[in-house]
Amino acid sequence: MAWIKRHLISFAAIAVLVYMLVPNVVVAAFSFNDPKGKYNYNFNEFSAAAWTNPCGAQGICESLGLSLQIGVIASLTATVLGTMIAFALGRYRFRGRSATNLLIFMPMATPEVVMGSSLLTLFLMLGVPSGRTAILIAHIMFCVSFVVVAVKARVATLDPKLEEAAADLGANPTQTFLRVTLPLAAPGIAAGALLAFSLSFDDYIITNFNASPSSITFPMYVWGASARGVPVQVYVIGTVMFVLTLVVVMTGQLISSRRNRQVA
Amino acid sequence: MAEAAVLSTGSSAPPTRRRRNWVPYALLLPGLLWLVVFFVLPMVTLASQSLQEGNVDDGYTFTGNVGIYVDALKQYWPQFVRSFLYAGTATVLALLLGYPLAYFIAQKAGRYKNLVLVLVIAPFFTSFLIRTLAWRTILSDDWFVTTWAQKLHITDLLQAVGLTANDSLLSSKFAVIMGLTYNFLPFMILPLYTSLERLDPRLIEAAGDLYASPWQTFRKVTWPLSLPGVVAGTLLTFIPAAGDFINARLLGNTQTTMIGSVIDSQFLRVLDYPLAAALSFILLIVIVTMVSVYVRRAGTEELL
Amino acid sequence: MSKQQGKGDLGLVALTKSFATFTAVHPLDLVVPQGSFFALLGPSGCGKTTTLRMIAGLEEPTSGRIRIGDSDITDTKAYQRNVNTVFQSYALFPHMSVLDNVMFGLRRRGDKDAKAKAKEVLELVQLEQVASKKPTQLSGGMQQRVALARALVNRPDVLLLDEPLGALDLKLRRQMQIELKRIQQEVGLTFIHVTHDQEEAMTMADSIAVMNAGRLEQLGDPATLYEQPRSTFVANFLGQSNLLRATVNPGGTDHVVTVRAHDTDLEVSREHLPEGVRDVWLGVRPEKLRLGEGGGPNQLRGIVRDVSFSGVATQYSVQMPWGQELIVVQQNDGTARAVLGETVTVSWAAQHGFALDASQDAEAGAELVDDHG
Repeated sequence: MAWIKRHLISFAAIAVLVYMLVPNVVVAAFSFNDPKGKYNYNFNEFSAAAWTNPCGAQGICESLGLSLQIGVIASLTATVLGTMIAFALGRYRFRGRSATNLLIFMPMATPEVVMGSSLLTLFLMLGVPSGRTAILIAHIMFCVSFVVVAVKARVATLDPKLEEAAADLGANPTQTFLRVTLPLAAPGIAAGALLAFSLSFDDYIITNFNASPSSITFPMYVWGASARGVPVQVYVIGTVMFVLTLVVVMTGQLISSRRNRQVA
Repeated sequence: MAEAAVLSTGSSAPPTRRRRNWVPYALLLPGLLWLVVFFVLPMVTLASQSLQEGNVDDGYTFTGNVGIYVDALKQYWPQFVRSFLYAGTATVLALLLGYPLAYFIAQKAGRYKNLVLVLVIAPFFTSFLIRTLAWRTILSDDWFVTTWAQKLHITDLLQAVGLTANDSLLSSKFAVIMGLTYNFLPFMILPLYTSLERLDPRLIEAAGDLYASPWQTFRKVTWPLSLPGVVAGTLLTFIPAAGDFINARLLGNTQTTMIGSVIDSQFLRVLDYPLAAALSFILLIVIVTMVSVYVRRAGTEELL
Repeated sequence: MSKQQGKGDLGLVALTKSFATFTAVHPLDLVVPQGSFFALLGPSGCGKTTTLRMIAGLEEPTSGRIRIGDSDITDTKAYQRNVNTVFQSYALFPHMSVLDNVMFGLRRRGDKDAKAKAKEVLELVQLEQVASKKPTQLSGGMQQRVALARALVNRPDVLLLDEPLGALDLKLRRQMQIELKRIQQEVGLTFIHVTHDQEEAMTMADSIAVMNAGRLEQLGDPATLYEQPRSTFVANFLGQSNLLRATVNPGGTDHVVTVRAHDTDLEVSREHLPEGVRDVWLGVRPEKLRLGEGGGPNQLRGIVRDVSFSGVATQYSVQMPWGQELIVVQQNDGTARAVLGETVTVSWAAQHGFALDASQDAEAGAELVDDHG
């Protein structure tokens, strides 16, 4: 009894973790289902059919391709813009700092439905057509703030003495940035870029306001499918994404922990 | 040698050049320009759109029709109230669930720390919609979750407090709030984890050494020191939850419609742009007001 | 004002640094001869680090010039100056190996022999065996030597050391002091060493510039500074001093002057007396005082109020009739010792005293001395 009491927090934590992961397990299980009707809600019979033919559902791979394309372009652009802002905030003193901080914070404090709808009114007034470009503009906009936060946290931990040391040793500002500042800030920039990609890839609400029938992203495809019956391939893709993330992040962790162990 | 250096107070030399200070502005310009044009400006057009009259076919003219806001509130106040109620409940639940997990990762997980963190982050990268659809399966009537809940009279309890309307779990307030909690839990856990990780475990030992019970230690030491994480986490959960409509549509029924859903359909299906814009603007104002009051009261203005 | 400057000497001309609310460095004129080991000594906030950073090019002077030999480097950037710094926290690049750190400066200048030169310097600081490790894998003392090697390898006109030993423990610090001195003599470069540790400055430097509140207090070799301080600040900051309020008596011989302190006439060498001053502080170092009458003509009687034994010496606190306590340090060389409460005579020779203008604060600099020196 005392043992249980002592580990109460651990039990609660594990229960919460289970709650967080149950849907992923269900998604994985149902990717092997052969549904009876068009609704994939009940496990009928084991089948790997969807795994051998992941593009089998009409339009699914086109939407996935579009989402990947938008995700990559939006996250790269947002990473460049956000990193520049983070460096300005973390490395320089200038007038208008608090206004800048507010402008960075606001998109994170605004519900997606407001951002999506307001952009729609802007595009309507300017006559910008809905579609891929409109989606890209929107995604870059809401990703920038998250990149700023991730990179700024990293930049704040960098010792400015290191940049001074580089200058002292004869590195001009460009060399100092490329050889010292950038490599040291890289983990923060990578984290920001990954976060931006996942936000862009996963966004439905804002995208829906700015999409056209010819620009169906993967979340929009899933949303549409949820009304008429979700193809098993959706679950296959969901599972692949989950496993891929685990593998990528764990490999990264392993490399960095091995590096740390060498250091220690 | 000592004579080589002399104290001097009278000599003067020309002032050296001033440092260039355009660099930070050059770094800020592209990103901030993007935010001004595609975030701030749309807020202006949104406000302007709400004060216009007309229709999609004939176009709109600005009439300054402030009455639209009264109409919007009169017609949709239940959805507003419901949205904030659901989002608030989900935020409290996420805090209750997220705190032990964040504490566990930060202080107790030891060498499993990174593994658990990865498991918390990984669902982020699996489509939000697919995972919400999975809840539809989990909560469906013929699954063991509902059956057990019925056997243990949990369904009766939920019905008694009005969270469900019948013996099912799906298509109810309960399912919507549960879905919101689930979906935004990582946004709660990560900031909590960040501030709990900085907590020196020796402080907890010191509190125990000074006769504080575990509960007192939590109240007087752990909780106050984790407040920045609590503030950031609750904001990051509440704001998107209040505007969300995916959970309400996929897991709820017609009685659980949230304001995001109304805005979405007014814009994209009904095409009543002024009304939709007014609703959207009201949501923005309410959220910004609530957030600034909350942040000021919590005393942590520097969130970034 | 002597402005002669050798061809590799570092010259500061009216160098000034003002920030919005205060002046960190008042116009400063200084020449550091080529090849010397020079210390900038002072308490924290005295302007020594700001001076160092201006020489390195990391801080822009408000006015004044910086010269190395004939060339004026005031308007050049840090990366254009042939001046290198050993930073207080070392500032080693954590993402590069020790060898890459040391090669960094040479590479920036496109040196073809970077690797060979870096290895040679690592040998000089006895770190050739850790060349491929990352800085974080090394101990504090080793990191310190990497930082030194990284600066030395560029053979700068001036090598700046910003409290380089501050982070090391006492024993390691002593060892590194000797090591640094040896290396400086071996390579023959100009070293400017910034420190708040008076003992460290006196051990290592050929000459010391004592700074206080943004101004140069006194400049000279360690022995002169110690034996003939020209201000109460220097008298208190470099070691301890007993300061007695006194008035100069008229007359005296070519060598000796008498001063009257608390109704007693005391002798002091004329060369240790500032000219044209009547009211003075008569200073004498604790180890120059003797218990008993054997120390010299100057004799005062008092009661022993405190005795603390420290192995090689014993420190006494002797209370004078007017209340002031004099510190006396006596070598434990077999001479008689005093006990608590005993009335004793304290004596010293005329050439061991020094007189300072009495318009200064007798306590200046005393509170700033810390113990780890």
